[in-house]
Amino acid sequence: MARSKDQQTFQRLADQPPPVMVVGMLGWLRANLFSSLSNTVLTIVAIYLLYLAIPPVIHWAFIAADWVGASREDCTGGGACWVFVLARLDQFIYGFYPEPQQWRVNLAFGLLIVLIVPLFIRSFPYKAWLGFFLLFAYPFIAFEMFTGGILGLPLVTTDQWGGLMLTLIISSVGMVASLPIGILLALGRRSEMPIVRAFSVAFIELWRGVPLITVLFMSSVMLPLFLPEGVTFDKLLRALIGITLFESAYMAEVVRGGLQAIPGGQYEAAKALGLNFWKSMSLIVLPQALKLVIPGIVNTLIALFKDTTLVIIIGLFDILGAVEAAIKDPSWLGYAVEGYVFAALIFWIFCYGMSRYSQALERKLNTGHNR
Amino acid sequence: MNDFESPQSNSKIAADCIILIEAMHKWYGQFHVLKEINLTVKKGERFVICGPSGSGKSTLIRCINRLEEHQQGRIVVDGTELTDDLKNIESVRREVGMVFQHFNLFPHLSILENLALAPIWVRKMPRAEAEDIAMKYLERVKIPEQASKFPGQLSGGQQQRVAIARALCMNPKIMLFDEPTSALDPEMIKEVLDVMVELAEEGMTMLCVTHEMGFAKTVANQMIFMDEGQIVEQNEPEEFFTNPQSERTEQFLSQILTH
Repeated sequence: MARSKDQQTFQRLADQPPPVMVVGMLGWLRANLFSSLSNTVLTIVAIYLLYLAIPPVIHWAFIAADWVGASREDCTGGGACWVFVLARLDQFIYGFYPEPQQWRVNLAFGLLIVLIVPLFIRSFPYKAWLGFFLLFAYPFIAFEMFTGGILGLPLVTTDQWGGLMLTLIISSVGMVASLPIGILLALGRRSEMPIVRAFSVAFIELWRGVPLITVLFMSSVMLPLFLPEGVTFDKLLRALIGITLFESAYMAEVVRGGLQAIPGGQYEAAKALGLNFWKSMSLIVLPQALKLVIPGIVNTLIALFKDTTLVIIIGLFDILGAVEAAIKDPSWLGYAVEGYVFAALIFWIFCYGMSRYSQALERKLNTGHNR
Repeated sequence: MNDFESPQSNSKIAADCIILIEAMHKWYGQFHVLKEINLTVKKGERFVICGPSGSGKSTLIRCINRLEEHQQGRIVVDGTELTDDLKNIESVRREVGMVFQHFNLFPHLSILENLALAPIWVRKMPRAEAEDIAMKYLERVKIPEQASKFPGQLSGGQQQRVAIARALCMNPKIMLFDEPTSALDPEMIKEVLDVMVELAEEGMTMLCVTHEMGFAKTVANQMIFMDEGQIVEQNEPEEFFTNPQSERTEQFLSQILTH
């Protein structure tokens, strides 16, 4: 009796497909480009502007461009003179690193790629060991390979390093070192211990309040004044330390944002299970906080990558510095645009790569609790 | 108003006494949250603490594992007095499980990892053994099939049962429940209470802050009514519900039992 009554009052309706005009290509066009008269006009104007802008760029960069040759006499097409970039490619990549020794740079970066690839293979069993090796052993191996002076390798001092190689060295050291320092500073700033907190706040505010150019100038001009007579240390090393400390102050604030977003209940649950401070931070709080601020961290890393060009003012020639030097070469005068476009393209490739990687990482780490 | 039991003498702690709170006071800044709390819990006893919101009942049980600090008096848990000493605090927390109103599962870890985490990192147990224990408790709370899911994919009732299992994996001597069913949809309250009743039947020492009076009548040995930071009345459930000693208790009970 009760059962039949139930069937009368609650009828489950069958699922139906959505109306045709809201899905598919046509639905998309209608909704996004031609939803009203004014949007239709805007769409047509935008298409016209694209028509004006894009074909000339393609014509300059590809159709009328010159690709092969050895000197400016080979650039006759009226478009871009990529001959210039190709002829100077060596300098753009290696700076003044002596050509017969460039295999060492290639080998070191090749080794890095070979070591990193297994980290992305899901089933690779020794990830922790490999990561440890990459962080703590590889930098020294790479440094020895770049400098030489041992095992019969000729010495190549850091002032001969340059180009893309230098950009990658500065940015990867800066990235790898500034994240852990930034995390410690962020934890320090939230600490209940007054001295730790005061130190962290002072450090962050000091470094964040100074332009990077000033930091680099001070590291190269002022720091030697404070060191005892006869003590010098490498200009590149000083720049690396300056950039690392500067970026770690930014990183600290990004990480602190993540820490603040973790509900107090997570800290309490970790404590209640008997986890001590460092374990609750490393196992519970930081994995969640860092995941939340991946966009912010990558933003800072991309900014760092581009900021490395500032080392040009203390006489280090990164890729942009190498391009600028090549532009001033009298035998290639007039091809500045090609040089800058090339440098911009290289920067864009790396930055876009980081951005895509961070998006993939966010998707991979999503455990469905944000819904 | 106050029907305190006479405070215990400092010197002798009964052998089966597992929690002892003596003349304990707590302040948040200027605000006096807990006043003159005296409480003795024996092994296997099940206390249910009730009272209006803001009466200090949650704060009281959070003092027992030092999620909150007390400023005066003493708290002795399983023979260890809670002081500033981090070692003591951590050793007490290892023996005291806690279940929260909002579950507080770790959303970045799978259910199995949530359960095995503390045994591995606090008890230094090998991973395989910790996971065996985790599965055992997941079966006890009747959701072993959810082991590889993440907390965000479970219903509230399931999450709270996982939270209970997570606390049990540490093999605690005492379980604290801080309004474990208050954040649940009505349809899910029963599945959580069933687990708690089962736990009570096995002789677990429990302190439970809850408004579920049916549950209290089923499992409690002792009822505590708190108001304005004080223990107004402590009694056996039978007496407590049928013949409350204090007018304030009577008023509170009439409020929550009639609606």
